Amino acid sequence: MTMVYFGLLVIAVAIAFMVGRNRARALKAGGSPLHSLPSYHGAFLALCVGLPMVVAFIVWMPTARVVIDDRAIARLAGDVQPKDPLAREARLRDIDRIAQGGMTDEQLAAYPESVVQAGRSAASMRGWSFAGLLAVGLGLAALGFHFGLQRINPQFRARNVVERAVKGLLIACSFVAVMTTLGIVMSVLFETMRFFAKVPPGDFLFGLQWSPQTALRADQVGSSGAFGAVPLFAGTMLIMVIAMLVAGPVGLFAAIYMAEYATPRFRAWVKPMLEILAGIPTVVFGFFAALAVAPTLRSLGLAMGLNVASESALAAGLVMGVMIIPFVSSLSDDVINAVPQSLRDGSYAMGATRSETIKRVVLPAALPGIVSAFMLAISRAVGETMIVVMAAGLAANLTFNPLEAVTTVTVQIKTLLVGDQEFDSAKTLSAFALGFVLFFFTLILNVIALHIVKRYREQYD
Amino acid sequence: MTDTTAPAPSRVLDVTSDRARARVRARYRKEARFRAYGLIAIGFAALFLVVLLADILTKGIPAFFVARAAIPVTLAAADIDPAGNRNLNEIAKADFAAALRKLLVAMFPYASDRASRRQLMALFSSAAPNQLRDAAMADPNLIGNQVTLPLLLSDDADLFFKGGITEVQVQPAKGAATPSGTEGTIEISSSGPDFASELGEVKRQISAQLRSVRQDVDANGQLRARYQAQVQDLTARLTQARAAGDKEAAPTLEQALAKASGDLESVSANGRQLEGRMLELKAKAAQPAAPEALDPNLPSLLVHINGGIVKATEVAGDRIKGTVIAPLGSAAPAAAGSWSTENILTPESTRRLGDREVVWLEAMAAKGMITSGFNWSFFTTGDSREPELAGVLGGIVGSALTLLVTLGICLPVGVAAAIYLEEFAPKNRFTELIEVNINNLAAVPSIVFGLLGLAIFLNFFGMPRSSALVGGLVLALLVLPTIIIAARAALRAVPPSIREGALGIGASHQQAVFHHVLPLAMPGIMTGTIIGMAHALGETAPLLLIGMVAFIVDIPHSVNDAATVLPVQIFLWSDLPEVAFRAKTSAAIIVLLLFLFVMNGAAIMLRKRFERRW
Repeated sequence: MTMVYFGLLVIAVAIAFMVGRNRARALKAGGSPLHSLPSYHGAFLALCVGLPMVVAFIVWMPTARVVIDDRAIARLAGDVQPKDPLAREARLRDIDRIAQGGMTDEQLAAYPESVVQAGRSAASMRGWSFAGLLAVGLGLAALGFHFGLQRINPQFRARNVVERAVKGLLIACSFVAVMTTLGIVMSVLFETMRFFAKVPPGDFLFGLQWSPQTALRADQVGSSGAFGAVPLFAGTMLIMVIAMLVAGPVGLFAAIYMAEYATPRFRAWVKPMLEILAGIPTVVFGFFAALAVAPTLRSLGLAMGLNVASESALAAGLVMGVMIIPFVSSLSDDVINAVPQSLRDGSYAMGATRSETIKRVVLPAALPGIVSAFMLAISRAVGETMIVVMAAGLAANLTFNPLEAVTTVTVQIKTLLVGDQEFDSAKTLSAFALGFVLFFFTLILNVIALHIVKRYREQYD
Repeated sequence: MTDTTAPAPSRVLDVTSDRARARVRARYRKEARFRAYGLIAIGFAALFLVVLLADILTKGIPAFFVARAAIPVTLAAADIDPAGNRNLNEIAKADFAAALRKLLVAMFPYASDRASRRQLMALFSSAAPNQLRDAAMADPNLIGNQVTLPLLLSDDADLFFKGGITEVQVQPAKGAATPSGTEGTIEISSSGPDFASELGEVKRQISAQLRSVRQDVDANGQLRARYQAQVQDLTARLTQARAAGDKEAAPTLEQALAKASGDLESVSANGRQLEGRMLELKAKAAQPAAPEALDPNLPSLLVHINGGIVKATEVAGDRIKGTVIAPLGSAAPAAAGSWSTENILTPESTRRLGDREVVWLEAMAAKGMITSGFNWSFFTTGDSREPELAGVLGGIVGSALTLLVTLGICLPVGVAAAIYLEEFAPKNRFTELIEVNINNLAAVPSIVFGLLGLAIFLNFFGMPRSSALVGGLVLALLVLPTIIIAARAALRAVPPSIREGALGIGASHQQAVFHHVLPLAMPGIMTGTIIGMAHALGETAPLLLIGMVAFIVDIPHSVNDAATVLPVQIFLWSDLPEVAFRAKTSAAIIVLLLFLFVMNGAAIMLRKRFERRW
């Protein structure tokens, strides 16, 4: 139905455009000079027709859905009346399935009689609703057409009107980014607040036990589960530290070499190499970590008499470190290149070698930028999911031994939210609380890092 | 403004003394070292990349090929089409699995018992009967005639021919052999030392076992000593407590004593057992020529003689005792060179195919029935629980639909937002907020977008779970900042003279932007878009949360159908226990990387060909 409506909309808009343009052309041919080009008049008329139709659709559809759902539920017999919102959802899905039609009698027989009737009536109501929408939409379009057509005359400033509408559209589009952030904050905030109504924030942030199981019976031992997230934070930090121990020095030295020593030919080879490394999907790194690096580390450890867990933090951290190398090196490369050449020349003139210049002059000058590059890399490492999902464990051990299995915030979010979930349990909600912590932690890191980068750029520009 | 420039104590620049030269040399050494660190860092990254790609290529390329057994098939009319009227509906209902079983038993008449038949059937894919059916349905005239059909093998059989199950060594015999019979358990004695190496291997294994049992015995001795000391200590304390009339301590001590004695008893029993085993092993190791029994933890030894195959169960230097797998043609002595021994190196207990299955597969290969071909079905089928049937088409189509939605949303929205921010936006708080927002959004962890999709699109708007529509929406929001940033950079790169020229001849601001600036910025925008799309194609985490991890066999037809995408398919396969899926995972990764390389290559081409530098 939506497709039909929008098909009609496109046709109506096209007709309006052509009519408007032709009317303007006719005026022009009649000898009166136009303020705007004929195509702007066409676009204006198209706007007059299209906009009401879109608004009608946006207002009508959700309203109609709510009304039809309420009516359908009201039609149900007392014994199948849903008692809570969840049951209501399920019942509405049944009704929807019946309303879509195409079911055999056998399939229909599986539903209670009143549900089938509600489904059928919902189907007919939907038909009427669509007819109503068509009538309203086309009526509004006709009104708009009439209104627009009257406005078309040589003095009419069609271009200004159209341009204002286009500008509105542009602003709306740039607002999508803000809406996204808002959506993220809303979605995690509400669920997190519901979670904190069940589990006190103190227990969540400072508790040492993490075992978010849901009980089969209410009176079961440990039915409440334990939601102390400290082991997850510790595991995340451990893997992040290992990753940064790899990516920090390697990325920084690579950046220094690329910016200060490398010949253009060498750069032409190495830059694409780093770009390839940056372009490899994280799921590939995860596969490599779980099936190649972790077993190798394990057998190496056994050879040295160490007991390395098969899902050790070390394997995940190492591979994650390699994943972030291009990130650190390209950002650091940029900031090192942004250090003015005059500083270097001054140092060379004093007789310093290149490495002395780099260590004493270039790096101190680039330090804020490098720090922010590291902070962005840390936020990357903390938020990375696939490598740890595939190569790190699920058990929430509170340990700082890199050879043992640890779990991370992202692994737990994925584990808690994949598969069947009940939407009111603390278990599911805890994933949103973890997401909340993750979002704000990375947000703070990013804001600080981006702020530093910005100030730093202004300094040398 | 220094008041006095006091004559500085004149310093002689010391550049010629040995100390000065040493200092300079040290500085240059430092310089070289610093430079080497940089090279090492780049080398490390390059090495890792090479190892990663090599690992995935070596694991994945075999999965693009598949072994088939071209068996001469006679579709007996009595089985397939008993009515004889070539009615397709009736043919479709015929039991083709039974037909296949019949064919196989005809090929290996000695494998006719129930267990063997099941093992034989397990060598073939569960799709093999369907292949027969398809052939019969496509051309009913085949019924009753003999045709050669390349049938799909099971994943394990396929792996065997790729060398993934075991290594096999065949050696021609040096001596003449005499079998004692043709069936059942027989003995084969050779006039040469044909079985000496096998016996040596067994003895080596026994020595190794002996070493480990010795360690166990030692450990057991220590444990026993500790328990003995504990028992003595407890006994002493108990006597003391009883003597002192301590009513409280006595029962606890009694209990502890009982427990300790029990432990001691079980440890001692264990120790006796270990010692017995040690003596046994010692005796075996002491006689290097004595015959030894073979068990499944050792490499298997098969003897091919007189057209039959014997599996050794007991081996001595010059003779074996064994069970017949394939009956011998005769019990006549075989001359040196006319019979051979075969070592299957991976022990049977750790192998996914037993000795008999290996023998059957080798027999088929010896008849030239096994052909290896390109695995086209990998690209034409969806997911499956059977590794040999699983394909990536579902993932590819799902990815394509998802990316289509993503592109359809984030290209127009991203370009419009970039145009506004770069060309029209006044510098004020509000636009600054949007800018900060976009930069931050680019660094938000991708899984958080999954939470957004789950809470808003699925739970609030009630959109269909695991559909390409929701996946595309989430990915669109995810890559939107990337595209906005790239599009802004492209717009910024267009020189102001273009705008001013357009404005100068009377174009409105919007006309200048849409007619002149945007077309010139388009190559840059497209490059950014393709890179953003490549990023979206490789993204996995947010899609897991919106339910795209379900096991989906059907190829999705619309954006509302349940779908999975290529990276998620990789993730799902990587979790499966079958060895063959590991190769499939690597193969799917190769496909994904190829797509990414093509996309990035296209972006680079666009940049090179159309990018204009002013």
